[in-house]
Amino acid sequence: MSCWDVVADYGLRSLGIGERLLPRDDFTICKQVVLIGSGMIWNVYFGVLALISGFFLATAVAVGKASKSRWLRKPSEWFIFIFRGSPLFIQFFFAYFLFLSLKSLSPIFDPFSSAWLGALVVLFLNTAAYSGEIFYGALLSVPKGDVEAADAYGFSGWPRFRKIVWPTMLRLAWPAYTNEAIFLFHATTLVFFSGFPAWQQRGDALYYANYFADKTFNPFVAYPILAGYFIVLTLLVIALFGAINRRLNRHLPQARQSRVRYRPNLMR
Amino acid sequence: MFAFCTDPSVLSTPAWFACYFTTGKLMLFYGSFGTVLLLLAITAPVALAFGFAGASAARARFAPLSWLGKIYIAMVRGVPDIVFFLFFVIALDQGLEYLRHKIKCPDWDQPIRQGSDFIVCQAAKLPLSTAPQIWHEIYGFSLAVLTFAIVFGAFAANVLFGAMRAVPHAQLETAEAYGMTHRQTFWRILIPQMWVYALPGLSNLWMVLVKATPLLFLLGVEDIVYWARELGGAKTARFSDYPHADWRVWYFLGLLVFYLAFTRLSEIALARIMKKLTHGQATMGGEAQRKAA
Repeated sequence: MSCWDVVADYGLRSLGIGERLLPRDDFTICKQVVLIGSGMIWNVYFGVLALISGFFLATAVAVGKASKSRWLRKPSEWFIFIFRGSPLFIQFFFAYFLFLSLKSLSPIFDPFSSAWLGALVVLFLNTAAYSGEIFYGALLSVPKGDVEAADAYGFSGWPRFRKIVWPTMLRLAWPAYTNEAIFLFHATTLVFFSGFPAWQQRGDALYYANYFADKTFNPFVAYPILAGYFIVLTLLVIALFGAINRRLNRHLPQARQSRVRYRPNLMR
Repeated sequence: MFAFCTDPSVLSTPAWFACYFTTGKLMLFYGSFGTVLLLLAITAPVALAFGFAGASAARARFAPLSWLGKIYIAMVRGVPDIVFFLFFVIALDQGLEYLRHKIKCPDWDQPIRQGSDFIVCQAAKLPLSTAPQIWHEIYGFSLAVLTFAIVFGAFAANVLFGAMRAVPHAQLETAEAYGMTHRQTFWRILIPQMWVYALPGLSNLWMVLVKATPLLFLLGVEDIVYWARELGGAKTARFSDYPHADWRVWYFLGLLVFYLAFTRLSEIALARIMKKLTHGQATMGGEAQRKAA
């Protein structure tokens, strides 16, 4: 059986397409690379969707936390505190059992107790809280002169936010937001270890790596393969976010542009 | 626990909770909070020591040592920490058994890895299969602590390496001009000054460490997550004195509140320490304190 056959059998196994049973013996390197790679589909799915949806909520939460009105500020502060102050692992467990209990109340909650939606909701809220805090910090450091200039030009309300404050906020927050994105992708590996069942063994990359490590009782093959995949993913995220960072900063003189630097202060 | 708990009529009254919360199993649950605190108490200093060693190694003038330190620092960058947790627990266990195997059974002729099995001689097993249960638990917990220390040591090394570079270079040059050796400069000038720069990063690391403690569950230790899952699950009258429905959501709500309170307390304590350390420092924080006074 050549490696291409393995790709045909297991390449989309994490989506339920291809061979039904996972390999039980003869764990070749090729099988491990293909199956773990197949699991990466879920990591990318969770990461990308949570980031995109979380971005909008994060902006709203940041504006809410910076707002003068108590009724907007307090809920935003509590939202950020609850999701940043507790472990993501516990949040997953809690959400899973919460959705299980709600399931008996209404069939609407049926899909929430499976990973593809339930875990996505948790990741969405979690990343919104972490990025909301980043955006809030950036919002406070928007230069006063920019806002005054906007006022002088007759901008106010939504146009002022949309055209002046928001782009500057994004520009200032972007290096930290890049780190948040990297750690969000790392956090997606927790999904199938925290209550959410891997239905028909359709799991993410860590689920399959763990499967191989358990079966072969040899951690020195499966986990380095997984590590390789994640390093590639991290580099892709850095490249993409670096490109966006250059676009956000393109009006600035070269020396003042902030470079994206790795800071390990945003883990969950 | 209480005498009235033997009376079946108590089952429908609020007093039932007094009975429920004092059962032996629940006591094990409360004890597991101690496990988590013990893990934190041991891991934090050990990880700091690992981090210090890593950061010092990365600064070494002897190139291979410096590479080793830099690799250790870079280790945690691109790969999720949970992968390291799962990896190191097995890898450390097998590594230790392999070493003991080499020492205790030199005349063993079969390969260690036979297909999907990892086979060492009986005398090399860790802990010995004849050892009492408590040793198995201690061994499992120590492996978990060591794993945590290695992973968080890498984060700490990252922070300390940055802090060492943040110390003004003129200070080190002055020390050399006074004729101090490299070693003296490191211990007398660099180390005392780096802590202020390291503290924001280290306090962040503490919060991350607190929030990583539920991962103990994945390392096979019977911690709070394990007991919350066990005890919360539905109990029927046949298997338990205190039957109840699926309460796992409440148990995990309790854990959520525990962690929120813990991180909040840590935040307050760390803010106090930071305030104390910046007092009188020639930094922006110290200057702000001086103006406010």
